[in-house]
Amino acid sequence: MASSGSGYDLSSSTFSPDGRIFQVEYASKAVENSGTVIGIKASDGIVLGVSKPLLHKMVVATTGSYKRIHNIDVHAGMASTGFLPDARVLVGRAIDEAVDWQDNFGGKVPPHILADRLGHYVHYFTLHGALRPFGASCVMGAFDQEEKKYGLYMVEPNGVAYSYFGVATGKGKQAAKTELEKLNLHKEPCTSADAVKHIAKILTLLHHENKDNEGKPLELEISWICEATGQKHAGVPKDTIAAAVTWANEQLDEEEEDDDEEMEEG
Amino acid sequence: MISSRASQQHQMGSAHADYPGLKENEVSTGTTIMAIPMADGVVVGADSRVSTGSYVANRVSDKISQLSKHIFCCRSGSAADTQALTDYVKFYLQNLSVETGREPTVKTAAHLMRKMCYGNKERLLAGVIIAGWDAADGFSCYQIPLGATCLKVPFALSGSGSGYIYGLVDSEYRPDMTCDEGRVLVKKAISHAMARDGSSGGIIRTVVIKPTGNDRDYTAGNALPFGPTGY
Repeated sequence: MASSGSGYDLSSSTFSPDGRIFQVEYASKAVENSGTVIGIKASDGIVLGVSKPLLHKMVVATTGSYKRIHNIDVHAGMASTGFLPDARVLVGRAIDEAVDWQDNFGGKVPPHILADRLGHYVHYFTLHGALRPFGASCVMGAFDQEEKKYGLYMVEPNGVAYSYFGVATGKGKQAAKTELEKLNLHKEPCTSADAVKHIAKILTLLHHENKDNEGKPLELEISWICEATGQKHAGVPKDTIAAAVTWANEQLDEEEEDDDEEMEEG
Repeated sequence: MISSRASQQHQMGSAHADYPGLKENEVSTGTTIMAIPMADGVVVGADSRVSTGSYVANRVSDKISQLSKHIFCCRSGSAADTQALTDYVKFYLQNLSVETGREPTVKTAAHLMRKMCYGNKERLLAGVIIAGWDAADGFSCYQIPLGATCLKVPFALSGSGSGYIYGLVDSEYRPDMTCDEGRVLVKKAISHAMARDGSSGGIIRTVVIKPTGNDRDYTAGNALPFGPTGY
């Protein structure tokens, strides 16, 4: 969808004749070209996953320095993608909002408030001629201590913050969304343990489908907040992720064989 | 008990000497207030005397203020201070409800009150009890005395008259009481406090807080369970 801005795309304080703000759309492009993030709302928690193709050999891998999922508070976590320095700012703002809420009102910030506040913040940067929009999307999972429910939200560069059963953003999001819809999460939620496997499978599938990644290893960063963690946001243990990846690869190989058989028969 | 030095300083209509926190000619709710959460509701009770020294400025005041649909605040200390604090907390809770789309919790109300009391503790003379119902925590009450600690307690007594009835309430309180039994205990205890504390008197107001609705009641000064006529 290549549409020329033709002069209406120079500033985020300018509408185009067909009612679009091009600068905000360009900011979303930064997200679309970046690493995939998936979030699933399970029956007993939220699972967030990020696909991290290895940058290059000399970068210390894993969560040493290149960390994509952050703790916002004890009960809330956020995975981000897009222009990563912008994502860092949003993480910092979310942390401030959480701290501020606890300072003023005494409890942990409810998920829908945190998402709403971050959405407001992101939106503010789409109103100014002097500021540019954030080129990052944040997928946020949190536990609501008052209503004892989990919430999964995504905040996009234009400032919308919706609640989801399952969400995908970044490179290959369309394929990821199709896979998520097949899981029927809106009718029948899966468990957190299963969600880890599903996320591993979808991210592995997307990694292989992209020919640029031929031969490159894939690292998955997956976190959850669920009954097992006592409603606290934490990283999924490495061996659980490894087991999920093994399962994912087996599943994908089986499906490939089934596809090959079908083709031969047809 | 008034020491001789205090009685020399004591002027007609001034509590300034007795209560160092009160300013000159300021009105005090020297009081008896209490709150008891039960299994099926919260019973909140207060006397109705507002005094400036030995002059009773209002003998039928309402010391139980509503902060939100199911959260109430019992006020003791400076009437002006507690009214201002109550107005602020009520305002903040209203705005909070609009933003969250939910009824506020008793914990939040108590936290807001405590924050304001602690931040201004040098300037305020306020001892309050926050009590009510919320969907998250059920029936609960919090005590915020003069220094602005915030304590979640099984039952709360406060005000100048409360000291005389701790023994009575300690011996008669049972965790499994119903609201009706609780109401009887509250009226009895406050009557006893009113009999011994000069700064407490008038009528007894009670409110029973339930998620289905609140019930306000008062007991007239000549119908107290314990007092000059009931001896």
